[in-house]
Amino acid sequence: MSGTQTTYNDKVVRQFAVMTVIWGIVGMLVGVIIAAQLVWPELNIGPWLHFGRLRPLHTNAVIFAFGGCALFATSYWCVQRTSHARLWGGPLVPFTFWGWQIIILLAAITLPLGITSGKEYAELEWPIDILITLVWVSYALVFFGTIAKRTVSHIYVANWFFGAFIIAVALLHLVNSAAVPVSLTKSYSAYSGVQDAMIQWWYGHNAVGFFLTAGFLGMMYYFVPKQAGRPVYSYRLSVVHFWALIFTYMWAGPHHLHYTALPDWTQSVGMVFSLILLAPSWGGMINGIMTLSGAWHKLRDDPVLKFLITSLSFYGMSTFEGPMMSIKTVNALSHYTDWTVGHVHSGALGWVAMVSIGSIYYLLPRLFGKQEMFSTKLVTVHFWIATIGTVLYIASMWIAGVMQGLMWRAVNTDGTLAYSFVESVKGSYPFWAIRWLGGVLFLTGMLIMAYNMFKTIAGSKVKDVPVVVPAAHHA
Amino acid sequence: MDINDLRSITTVLGLLCFLGIVAWAYARGSKKGFDEAANLPFAEHDDEGAASTTSHQR
Repeated sequence: MSGTQTTYNDKVVRQFAVMTVIWGIVGMLVGVIIAAQLVWPELNIGPWLHFGRLRPLHTNAVIFAFGGCALFATSYWCVQRTSHARLWGGPLVPFTFWGWQIIILLAAITLPLGITSGKEYAELEWPIDILITLVWVSYALVFFGTIAKRTVSHIYVANWFFGAFIIAVALLHLVNSAAVPVSLTKSYSAYSGVQDAMIQWWYGHNAVGFFLTAGFLGMMYYFVPKQAGRPVYSYRLSVVHFWALIFTYMWAGPHHLHYTALPDWTQSVGMVFSLILLAPSWGGMINGIMTLSGAWHKLRDDPVLKFLITSLSFYGMSTFEGPMMSIKTVNALSHYTDWTVGHVHSGALGWVAMVSIGSIYYLLPRLFGKQEMFSTKLVTVHFWIATIGTVLYIASMWIAGVMQGLMWRAVNTDGTLAYSFVESVKGSYPFWAIRWLGGVLFLTGMLIMAYNMFKTIAGSKVKDVPVVVPAAHHA
Repeated sequence: MDINDLRSITTVLGLLCFLGIVAWAYARGSKKGFDEAANLPFAEHDDEGAASTTSHQR
């Protein structure tokens, strides 16, 4: 605490943290709408609000707007606090915020208009892709620039995960978005046929692996120890966890293309590496949960810790389910069914959203000079509503998915299909209604969070926090 | 030597590199540095107000 005038740049963290909640509500609202469209098809209004136009809007909004803002906020906070340095980069820092918001707005305009490159989770057209590249390179410069000027010798493990996420997403985005523009709003992929499919799912799965996993593991390695008040269970394990993920994730993409034109050996490589991934995933989960060992009582009354630890349970569950679903014989049943949708949301709602929500609840009082959230009780209410919503969502999709898979492959003795497709749609109807209800609950939780957030912010006096000069050696 | 030999060598080197990292992580000499690194989040004074009260008292 010796006399230095340097302060942390918390303004950008505040901006991203608030927008995390706002975009979370927007993205999940669109999710609730498209879930309702499956139950009540009359809700497909005009071309602009049709399911096919809104579905990519939902995925982009929750992954890149909600998840992205949460990652920016937490990584900027964590890298400053564990490097004991103010964010490097001057004007690049606000550029990452405003640039990212403009990208989100452009997505919200172009996708309902049907302007899309048609690549799942990479639908945005080439001019927006270029803007994403500029923002992302700035993000990398800010993040690694801050690490470079750190005043401690070690780079904390959370920063390794955030750093890997930034580098890998840059690589994925550049390769997968390579395209030949034919007009301002239309381009064609630089790849074709099965190569295009493989590159798309190399991108798609690593978006899960690095955007939706490595980055959020960075959150886990900072916020779980902080909220639990004790260092991570095993730093050694975290090092092995990191490198095991790095060495294996890149190979798992082909499991999205089982029983397609992709060569069989490539499918098998994808399956084997997906199975191997179980080990580092569970190593990381155990490392996070065991951080609480000896302090389990804190879980009883601390809703922020409830969010964080529950997110790890869902992480463990979905990283067990994922490798199982990558086994070709299991995939023969699960592929193209709602089981996949359930699996994705077990990760997206249970893991990604809950760890983000927990981290943002940790940050908000600190960012706005308050002792705690406006209402801790409402955080607890949010936790239970979100958990029930997630469980309803996953369970209904499991049942619907397995039922669809069984119906689609049932054959009569003469080899004809036992069911028509529409019969499986009819059978899915009640489960789609339950899924919609689960989504409504999760969205309600976010609305409670927004109320709590604005009440916490109200009347707050924001003050700059001086950079702490590290002691010669740590306690 | 064709490109497939290079690919195989890269894979084997990748595995060896990973095993080296595991050996380093669990080597006795690495412990002190890791302990220091693990405590990095706690060098801040941001827990005196908000965090400790919420997690201990309530």
